[in-house]
Amino acid sequence: MKFKMKSKVGTEIPQASLPDIVFMLIIFFMVSTVFKESSGLAVILPDAQKIEKLQGKRDVATIWADKQNRVSLDDKIVEISQIRHLIYTKVADPLHPMKLVSLRVDKDVDMGLVTDIHEELRAAGGTALNVNYSTRTAAD
Amino acid sequence: MLLDKKKKNKAEIPTSSLADIAFLLLIFFLVTTTIDTDKGLQLVLPEKGQEQKVRSQNIANILVNESGLVMMDEEAIELRLIAEKARQMIRENDNIIFSVKTMRGTKYEVYVDVLDQLKQANAKRISIAEPEA
Repeated sequence: MKFKMKSKVGTEIPQASLPDIVFMLIIFFMVSTVFKESSGLAVILPDAQKIEKLQGKRDVATIWADKQNRVSLDDKIVEISQIRHLIYTKVADPLHPMKLVSLRVDKDVDMGLVTDIHEELRAAGGTALNVNYSTRTAAD
Repeated sequence: MLLDKKKKNKAEIPTSSLADIAFLLLIFFLVTTTIDTDKGLQLVLPEKGQEQKVRSQNIANILVNESGLVMMDEEAIELRLIAEKARQMIRENDNIIFSVKTMRGTKYEVYVDVLDQLKQANAKRISIAEPEA
């Protein structure tokens, strides 16, 4: 015969739906991606057992405090007395009102500093009163 | 010829590279996504100027000093026993408020441990008292 007979029992993996699957994955990651807003300070978080997960990273302001008693908010080292204004503008933001403040504080920081931050948050009021102390999961 | 019956000048968009482009995007989003969600202990701070008087029997004072020693209701207590004691107190009095008071020199780690213990006891009413200088 002139033409080779192709075997009809194909053993090929169907690839037509591959782009669809990949697009679905892309859409998932696009929707779930929240770009890092700030890199913060180097802190060692304390451990805790009864921890709750944050609802998401959206509309969360993170305040960092490290061993050298430096406080950082939005990638900038700030004075403690500035926090209330910075947080207040976030709370009052008409588009994305802040829902929660996450405190990433080093475990060796003194409570005096944490209390000062508390006072600033209380001065800002509203949703700034919702505080999350970031911790690591205690290994036991 | 018999073999080539298809028209060759048909205008088609090449779709073979579609998957490659999609994969490239996928990898980009995979790399930029931060999956690690923030975890921690959540607390609502008391509003300013809203200090209210509470009957003293409904309050359990927890004091933490600079060296990390904890006192609960006038008694020294070991850190990891707080949860048990708190649970017992909640059983006795449902309206109990745990007031955590620290010194300015207290380590944050101990404070978080105390909060963790209270959370483990499912304490709902936790209050933060201003520290003594």
